[in-house]
Amino acid sequence: MRYLPLTDRDRSEMLAAIGVDSVDALFADVPSAARLEGLVDLPKAKGELEVERAITEMAARNIAAGSVPFFIGGGVYRHHIPATVDHLIQRGEFLTSYTPYQPEISQGTLQYLFEFQTQVAVLTGMEVANASLYDGATACVEAVMMANRLTRRRKAVLSGGTHPHYREVCETYARFVGFELAALDPALGDAEDLTELVGPDISCVVVQNPDFFGEIRDYSDLARACHDVGALLVVVVTEILSLGAIRPPGEMGADIVAAEGQSLGNALNFGGPHLGLFASRDKYVRQMPGRLAGQTIDADGRRGWVLTLSTREQHIRRERATSNICTNSGLCALAFTIHLGLLGETGLTRLARLNHATAVGLAERLERIPDVQLLNRAFFNEIALRLPRPAAAVVDALAEKGVLAGIPVSRLYPNRVELAEVLLVAATEMVTTTDLDRFERELKDVLS
Amino acid sequence: MSALRFTRDHEWVRLDGDFAVVGITDYAQSQLGDVVYIELPKIGHRVEKGKEAAVVESVKAASEVYAPVSGEVADINETLTADPAKVNTDPMGEGWFLKLRFDDPQELDDLMDETAYTRFVAEQH
Amino acid sequence: MSDWSRAVGTRPVEDHATTVGTATGNRGLQIEEKLIFEQDSPGRCGVDLVDPLPFRTRLGGLERQGRIGLPGLSEPQIVRHFTRLSQKNYAIDSGLYPLGSCTMKHNPRLNEKLARLPGLADIHPLQPVSTVPGALALIDTLAHWLKTLTGMPAIALSPGAGAHGELCGMMSICAALEARGERRSRVLVPESAHGTNPATAAACGYAVDSVSSNPRGRVDIGALRTKLDTDVAALMLTNPNTCGLFEDEILEIAAAVHAVGAFFYCDGANFNAIVGRVRPADLGIDCMHLNLHKTFSTPHGGGGPGSGPVALAASLAPYAPLPWQARGPDGPGLVEHKEGDAQQSIGRLKGFHGQMGMFVRALAYMMSHGADGLRQVAEDAVLNANYLRVRLESDLSLSFPGPCMHEVLFDDRFLTGTGITTLDFAKALIDEGYHPMTMYFPLVVHGALLIEPTETESKASLDEFVETLKVLAAKARFGETTFFHGAPHYTPRRRLDETAAARKLVLRWCAEPVNQQAEE
Repeated sequence: MRYLPLTDRDRSEMLAAIGVDSVDALFADVPSAARLEGLVDLPKAKGELEVERAITEMAARNIAAGSVPFFIGGGVYRHHIPATVDHLIQRGEFLTSYTPYQPEISQGTLQYLFEFQTQVAVLTGMEVANASLYDGATACVEAVMMANRLTRRRKAVLSGGTHPHYREVCETYARFVGFELAALDPALGDAEDLTELVGPDISCVVVQNPDFFGEIRDYSDLARACHDVGALLVVVVTEILSLGAIRPPGEMGADIVAAEGQSLGNALNFGGPHLGLFASRDKYVRQMPGRLAGQTIDADGRRGWVLTLSTREQHIRRERATSNICTNSGLCALAFTIHLGLLGETGLTRLARLNHATAVGLAERLERIPDVQLLNRAFFNEIALRLPRPAAAVVDALAEKGVLAGIPVSRLYPNRVELAEVLLVAATEMVTTTDLDRFERELKDVLS
Repeated sequence: MSALRFTRDHEWVRLDGDFAVVGITDYAQSQLGDVVYIELPKIGHRVEKGKEAAVVESVKAASEVYAPVSGEVADINETLTADPAKVNTDPMGEGWFLKLRFDDPQELDDLMDETAYTRFVAEQH
Repeated sequence: MSDWSRAVGTRPVEDHATTVGTATGNRGLQIEEKLIFEQDSPGRCGVDLVDPLPFRTRLGGLERQGRIGLPGLSEPQIVRHFTRLSQKNYAIDSGLYPLGSCTMKHNPRLNEKLARLPGLADIHPLQPVSTVPGALALIDTLAHWLKTLTGMPAIALSPGAGAHGELCGMMSICAALEARGERRSRVLVPESAHGTNPATAAACGYAVDSVSSNPRGRVDIGALRTKLDTDVAALMLTNPNTCGLFEDEILEIAAAVHAVGAFFYCDGANFNAIVGRVRPADLGIDCMHLNLHKTFSTPHGGGGPGSGPVALAASLAPYAPLPWQARGPDGPGLVEHKEGDAQQSIGRLKGFHGQMGMFVRALAYMMSHGADGLRQVAEDAVLNANYLRVRLESDLSLSFPGPCMHEVLFDDRFLTGTGITTLDFAKALIDEGYHPMTMYFPLVVHGALLIEPTETESKASLDEFVETLKVLAAKARFGETTFFHGAPHYTPRRRLDETAAARKLVLRWCAEPVNQQAEE
């Protein structure tokens, strides 16, 4: 087996050095009732060619996004990743290195994490960011728990515009970690008034911008209302590219930003691995979960970086840790850093503008279709439409015609009959005019 | 010189009129290593004997500091924010953490005096 | 020849180089590289984009104003920047990484190739299920392999990493107890446990009670029995434990835990020692997380991403987090809501379906090894660790006599009186071209040195490592303190001031003097 360097001769020599007859002697502590004498009931070893065949066959049965007109968003977005990104992240020194606990031989990792932290902070308009979490949904619940710790209050308000998966994760943690969550019903348009719910018993209000339905709002008034009662404003961003075009949460008075960074550098990957972004204010840094790369100097007085404030983390604080998080999303963060490094100020702004332009083009076409109603007043690259029929069936019909048309909201909110006709459609820079033509034509066809 | 007492958790307390000044001992700071941050309670906050009053963080550890006596926080050593190293260099003096307006002088009775504490530390090894 | 080299019987490599300064600060292939923020040229861009035709924006008047603050670099500059950064990193591809309980085994590139197939990488989690039957089949296959290897009837695939898996396990246990109408307030954790264990238990509102070890390095079953009562929700155990030892009384431990109606959680970080040879279900375990980035070779990537699926006994299966794998008439599917059999699920722990990219890699790894190969993995891992044990036990201080499993624990008794600490020893090892072993963990011995070679190290590699450690131990015995205290000498950076980093926090670059001062 090509991954196992020991030869039978090596094994014999080593057993002799150890002073046992067989490797079984080294498993003597295993209770005899639990010892497996034979092999488990699984196929035996396969060579590279066979494994490749088997998995390629599974892959071939899926409709890849790039092979059809593709309009699905809902918290995971298809963008073009420059070829450079994937080549760089596959360098063995990045791919196969460990957490940078020995900083002298991990300056590569620590420097890019420092750059990543800076990128996330400037992008979100905040003061400090961590070195990533698992994904946007877990970043969101970590933000709520951080707000609870800072305010010493145990009740959070969650806007109905928050991504349903993020809301569900918050509900799970609320039940078991022990805090109260007032999660509002999903609301289209401006039906929701969060300032009414802000009181001195609230640790934070969580909003998403653009929200799950693609709507963009100014949360500055809400931020003020929260601060007046000593509560915090948490802003969730699921399409990080939007911050290349719209006012960032930091400029609206957000205290914590919990975001999904997948759009930059990372493929769809069927939902994982993705990239949790987490940013806040300097004064709150000691309550931030996750790893932090900090600048310092070495014994020769040269600038370098180390993981810092580790005493908040589980491996030192144990029961009193800010979070039980250990692993971050390192390689995904590197991909983000490289992609955003390539884009830079100009590139990000232009790419965001291109996304918005494509979505505007899509919206203009679709709102002209009879009985199709655009529900957004404002949007970035994703819109919500009300169809004359349940959206799930329309999406299935379009899929059969070779168009991946978007997400029927009923997939995520199956019990909300008032949302059964709502369809979320995203249009990124990957969408061509031909795709738009096809979508418009097939949608008209299905609805007639 | 007022009475100086020590706890088994390596806090010291010194009576100063109506106040009890609290800090951590030289042994505690040597075990912690370089102190990087101290989380102090707010003035006016009540602390109970044996319960957490502050947290002291070093690069490798974070430790609770327990109140040797009960009382109300009258003053905190804010200079430690800018210069946490004082806890390492002068733990019994400039590295003090907080001053309590304490309830009951009898709470000091079960604490160790200097001789007993020195012996206690020697037994730690 | 100095005393220490005479003692070990080697001749040290002569070092002719004196310290020579360079104009650039570079040292041959080791290049000093600024931050990208320090290489900005406004307007420059490393991506060529088309601009849209004029259009009317619909951003609701919330256009971003002013500069974002990102630097502009070209593609060649970005490639050079990150290439230079990579050259400052140690990696499995470069050398042995003997970190205990991390299982730093070879990361196969076949896994990378397959994870990037468009049919797996370029699919969206919310595509109509009918358009991704292959993805669901892959997830189903992975679940089958993991259930068979653990002997458990159910598996939750969504947790994002080991610690997340622990949370999943503890939440499931909590839900199971609630369903029974019980409220228990304590969780027992061995004193040798990894920090995530008590952190997880505390996060779920449990008081953590520590169980001491016996002189043989295993859980003290007498102490455990004293602490076990009907207020204990669970025991969280790592097996083999963090001292590298198999808990030989595990069946008795399981029985004692179950006798009080508590659950037996196993931290599966060390599964590499027993995969294919022991099934956790046969040990009485109710719940065990696996680390795909440890046992199953998915790359560590400088700190992540990981994947922490949790194998569950029948008593906990109803509470598994969403989504569940389902078998419908059309083949494998997903249960995404708390309905039907999944009504009692604890709900979601993460967005979408789990770390699919890591599932592909882990499955490719498992299929490559097969049932026979995986059993060989455990055997070679244990063989390698024991080989290190016998070859080093007279130079370093072995903490527990007798065979170990896949990792071996030493402590700092051999350094007593030398003026050299475990930390110094590890930093000197860096100069010799090795990443140090795990230090100061577990806490049950003083100055711990925990070594896990894994099965992908050759005998020659182990022999070189042994020789290096023997020389270092000899140097320490002969009091070569200057060598150790200044180490490392040859790395891109010398020892870094972690105290300064924590006292004066600089967590990002700013366009202000503070960053320039640090450079001078």
